Amino acid sequence: MSNTSAQARLAIPIVESVLLVAAVLLPLVLDEFWILFTTRVFILGLIALSFDLVWGYAGIMSFGQALFFGMAGYSAALIATKLEITSVFVIVPAAALVGLFVSFLMAALVILGKRQPSMVFIALGTLTGSYVVERLARGWSYVGGQNGIPSLPRLTAGTFEISEGPVFYYMALAILALVYIALRMLTRSQFGLVLAGLRQQESRIAFLGYRTQNYKGITFCLSGLIAGIAGGLYGFHEGYIGPGQLGPVLSTQVVLYTLFGGAGTLIGSILGVGLIDLFSFYLSQLWDTGWPIVLGLLLLVVVMFRPTGLIGFVVSDRERAGFFGRPGKTGSERRS
Amino acid sequence: MSLLECRSVCKTFGALTALDNAHLEVNHHEFHGLIGPNGSGKTTLLKCVAGAEIATSGTITLSGADITEQPPTERAHAGLSMKFQITAVLQQLSVYDNVLLALQSRESWMRLMLSRSRHTLHARVMQTLERFKLADRPDELAGYLSHGQQQWLEIAMALACEPTLLLLDEPTAGMSPQERRATGELLAPIKQHCSLLIVEHDLNFIKEICDTLTVLDQGQVVASGRTRAVQEDARVKEAYLSHV
Repeated sequence: MSNTSAQARLAIPIVESVLLVAAVLLPLVLDEFWILFTTRVFILGLIALSFDLVWGYAGIMSFGQALFFGMAGYSAALIATKLEITSVFVIVPAAALVGLFVSFLMAALVILGKRQPSMVFIALGTLTGSYVVERLARGWSYVGGQNGIPSLPRLTAGTFEISEGPVFYYMALAILALVYIALRMLTRSQFGLVLAGLRQQESRIAFLGYRTQNYKGITFCLSGLIAGIAGGLYGFHEGYIGPGQLGPVLSTQVVLYTLFGGAGTLIGSILGVGLIDLFSFYLSQLWDTGWPIVLGLLLLVVVMFRPTGLIGFVVSDRERAGFFGRPGKTGSERRS
Repeated sequence: MSLLECRSVCKTFGALTALDNAHLEVNHHEFHGLIGPNGSGKTTLLKCVAGAEIATSGTITLSGADITEQPPTERAHAGLSMKFQITAVLQQLSVYDNVLLALQSRESWMRLMLSRSRHTLHARVMQTLERFKLADRPDELAGYLSHGQQQWLEIAMALACEPTLLLLDEPTAGMSPQERRATGELLAPIKQHCSLLIVEHDLNFIKEICDTLTVLDQGQVVASGRTRAVQEDARVKEAYLSHV
């Protein structure tokens, strides 16, 4: 492999490795508050990954990630409170399936129609879906109306109770790591190459014979599945799920996480969650009423002047473009 | 039966008639040139065949099947492949990945997800790159190639789909004389397995590679037939060739 090619592939694995090692060691030095904080970052990191998959890789602007997240969260909460099933081996798969199912319904409405949908149509369609379901949840007493579903029991694994703290932390980290690895493999697979083509020139891909709407639909459903897993975990970590976890505010927040960290890199969206939540926390300590203004300006500066996000400072354009199906070395590399 | 038949194809854009009752036939293993002055409707006819535009009226058949209103994806599956006038390689993908993307287009999404054909397609990608003189820079982003090389890459992608009919819209535009000659040499061998419908302003290039010609003027077919015969046609000379 040529030096330039090798260097171009280097930054993301380094960032990934450093963050993984840090994540594994952090509970040894963090107090209870920061362990809870970081666990929430991992869970929100999952929903940010789900958005990065659709936007950063397939070019689908979805403002509906909170819908999949919240619907899965509510379903998991109902399973725990009404059916009294708290096993993590039931809750997490069930939440994933709800996310998958809801995203499939949304895809059928906004992506899989007869005509190729525009980016604006998908963005507004998903935003509307998110808004409508939030309003419905606020008015439906069965799911707690404005108050949502509070006092969720703890997740269990057999007879073991998964309490918030280091145990939940490592479980969330393990799930995040598994989803991350699966997405890394997917986005570097031949399927990922099609997504890269879709993002760059959808019409060109269609002329090659790809049924582009099907690829978009599949990717959208996978993102719904991941957002569903996040939603299922979130309620049990926070002990509560409410209408705010279904609506446009969270959906928009997820978009910002990914744009701030850097779309199309996976790791950028997780960084985005961590940094935005960290800034929010410290800014709110410094200026309890006006901190969102400062945060908003900061996000605006990054989005305007660094469209590749913060990860763009260390990741080259070539590495962002990605390396897909080439096995082994080509002739030119053998010669070099 | 002809491979491609366009019968009475009309295409209007508001009050503008771009194609007026155009007929076109391309036979198997035939190189067919489509020429005419600027604005004569050549590219519009090519787009109607490829599916980038839908004909307002008339029929287009490929191997006897009516494709007049089919979307581009279905036409690609029926055996059509197109190289656009404005180079449309995927600039932020490597040269290798551009060709792989074209080669794997008939695989199912499940196989692609599992990267099942990654190893089997590798040799074909490299063969294609060798053939189009791009094998020495597979990792380079396509956007960094010269204009001529991008044109070759796009032809390579179009051919990688193993079409029965290749549509080329001004493939030598912006190329040096050497690159034009090389392009002709690259295209010649494909006649064994596919036909070619080519829009091109360089008449010498067209005369060298095409068996048959159709001449368009103001959206209408002025003449059609063997290249030499069309060249001698008085109407063609008046409408087009004499002005060149």
